[in-house]
Amino acid sequence: MLQVNDAPLPYEPGMTVRDILKRKNYIWRMIAVFVDGELVPKAKYDTRQVPDGADVKVIHQIAGG
Amino acid sequence: MSVAYDPKVRTTYTDDVPRLRAAHNVLLEVPFTASLPDRGYTRRTLFIDLDTMTVKEKPITEEMIDVFTGGRGFGLYYLWHAITPQTKWNDPDNTLVISPGPISGNPQYAGSGKSLVVTLSPMTGIPIDCNVGGYFGPFLKFCGFDALEIRGKARNETIVVIDGPRGMITIEEAPEETTDSHIAAELFTHMYADGPKDFVNVAVVSAGKAAESAYMGCLNFSWYDPKRGAVRLKQAGRGGTGTVFRDKKLKALVIRSQKMGSNLNNAADLPTVIKVGKNINQEIHDHDDEQCRMRRQGTAHLVETMDAYDLLPVHNFQYGKHPDTPKIDSTVWDKRFTQGIPDRCWYGCGMACSKAADGHVVRTGPYKGDIVTVDGPEYENVGGLASNCGLFDPDWLLEVNFYCDTYGIDTISYGTACAFVMECWEKGILNAERTGGLDLTWGNGESEVELLHQMWRGEGFGVTVGKGVRFMQNLFIKNGWGDPQYIRDIGMQIKGLEISQYMSKESLAQQGGYALANKGPQHDEAWLIFMDMVNNQIPTFEDKAEALHYFPLFRTWFGLQGLCKLPWNDIEPPDNHEKYPGPEAAKVPAHVDNYLALYTGITGKPLDRKSLIEQSESVYNFQRVFNLRMGQGVREFDMPPYRAVGPVTKEEYESRAERYDGQLKDIVGVDPAGKTTEEKMALHREWRMGRYNQLVDAVYKRRGWTPNGVPTMETLKKFKIDFPDVVAVVRPHLG
Repeated sequence: MLQVNDAPLPYEPGMTVRDILKRKNYIWRMIAVFVDGELVPKAKYDTRQVPDGADVKVIHQIAGG
Repeated sequence: MSVAYDPKVRTTYTDDVPRLRAAHNVLLEVPFTASLPDRGYTRRTLFIDLDTMTVKEKPITEEMIDVFTGGRGFGLYYLWHAITPQTKWNDPDNTLVISPGPISGNPQYAGSGKSLVVTLSPMTGIPIDCNVGGYFGPFLKFCGFDALEIRGKARNETIVVIDGPRGMITIEEAPEETTDSHIAAELFTHMYADGPKDFVNVAVVSAGKAAESAYMGCLNFSWYDPKRGAVRLKQAGRGGTGTVFRDKKLKALVIRSQKMGSNLNNAADLPTVIKVGKNINQEIHDHDDEQCRMRRQGTAHLVETMDAYDLLPVHNFQYGKHPDTPKIDSTVWDKRFTQGIPDRCWYGCGMACSKAADGHVVRTGPYKGDIVTVDGPEYENVGGLASNCGLFDPDWLLEVNFYCDTYGIDTISYGTACAFVMECWEKGILNAERTGGLDLTWGNGESEVELLHQMWRGEGFGVTVGKGVRFMQNLFIKNGWGDPQYIRDIGMQIKGLEISQYMSKESLAQQGGYALANKGPQHDEAWLIFMDMVNNQIPTFEDKAEALHYFPLFRTWFGLQGLCKLPWNDIEPPDNHEKYPGPEAAKVPAHVDNYLALYTGITGKPLDRKSLIEQSESVYNFQRVFNLRMGQGVREFDMPPYRAVGPVTKEEYESRAERYDGQLKDIVGVDPAGKTTEEKMALHREWRMGRYNQLVDAVYKRRGWTPNGVPTMETLKKFKIDFPDVVAVVRPHLG
């Protein structure tokens, strides 16, 4: 199980950051992703695998409003 | 690139200018000495009394600048001294103040051309403030005035012309011109410019004819767009500013400025201003395409995102998404907006997000068949006029958008009011007999625009809709047209102002952002949905209260200075989250530092992050006391309708049953199994309203207010607003 923004998300082997974003329907372009506190560069969303039990933060930068 | 709509082809209305001008009757001519600001301030206010036909100047004191800064602060200061607690919006004493703020008029830093409009609102009975683009405010400064204050009522249709290069202010009766803004703004620009090359130096404020019957009338601020050869409009939308304007029989304010220059503010430190200005425009240039795409889509870029996160209002805020959203999302507007033209509402703004749909052929009403440029739609118009009303047709949306603007109607209030009556229609609270035959089925664009035409004609059910949701709630309940509790629950207004177009049910902080806003529920004070609902960065009441302290105050500061909020966080440095971990990043600290440098660079006065917030706190608390003075400003007026907090109907609950059942089980600690939907809704209501009240307690405490929402004496002293008349308002509430 992963924690994504403090909510549980079932883990699947080989899951990448991009997979998490798709699963959560996080389509906002202005995001910063941290896996266990480490910032993941945008260029690595497709390749960076996330380990089971990881604490993932997908920080949506505020805009609009 | 959109090639189907020629941005230079539109119907023009200027053939009759000589005859129209010949019909004017000049009532008063007052010479004045135009002057430029020094370090952002002219230190003069222009006061016009339409009752006595008086024009005079008032000095702006150092104390005014020290406590109220400018913009919204000056507006509130003048309004406070103009009215009494008994004054109504349509009394002659109600003043309309336009003040640009010390930074406004700067062409180096993106978004530095705003004006603030303040008046006593017909919708709420308390002060309203609107932040608006267009050239009028900066030009006011370049003519020599930090504020324009207008009281009284003219006897006949009147215009005020402030001509800086001629050094003359005139008040003229203008009987012939239409008040509808797409024409009025063009006519007066052509009438008072010294030839076509001078069009860019003229700006017009006007409100259309529907603002005469509606309470939700808005003001249109113009600027001349030389690439299109068109006069464009931005709106001071909220709270009925246009209604007050038309009640004063003002047809237009016209201003003519000297030619624009690079340092008409006479900045104290121009190199610093240029440096931070270059930084922000470079950032926009480099990153806007990968971030918000404001330059191509304006705020309409938000539509599909709001839908994806269940935040786009659908059917009067019942739901947060709809399968037809792709018909009105940013991909549609990317094609429909004319691209390749820098759509900026003030000089030098690299964000250039004032997008326009050219070549709209008007389908209905007095301008049927005309070809017009529609300013927008922005996100709020898509959310309010379209999805919230179940309308997913971009052409009808353009039609409603166009008529709202030219008739002088606030698109946010109108969208929310239309959504309310459409739900009332669906539930049988309204029927054809009660609407005068109009079918208000969800998505009926023709009826949506017909309501506007009725407002314009001053007849029919449209006049009722134009008076807003609170007026309609009272009317429907009085007439016995439905369950009063249901009507109260679904009427999306707070303090009498309609809620803007974001779903707040799953963001407690946003419920507070709306309901605790001084002027009523407008998102420009606080937009915390991502921080709260999505990022889960402010989980406790204290966290949310801290956010509801900082962000409304930070955003208030834009309105003191004459700045646009959008270049603050609709563009962000790519390393923002690396440099600033956690919630601090939401402040975009690098941009805050830009603003500190910009302020000091223009005014020469030092400012740090703490004193920036304190500048706002003086004005913010003053406005809260102002509400108190007008008989409001306490806790009971900070309560949202339940539709903004949780599910009102079974359909709403059952559409998201998994979410709501899960919350009962995981957060409330009640097993939903075996319970009816009604029982579960009742549990939700108790839980949600309970935590809303806990939030209010925490926010009041953080803001230095009593549990009833009144600023304490210590707060008044701390922010230097313990003037005797302010203290006299507050003291009886402190026990």
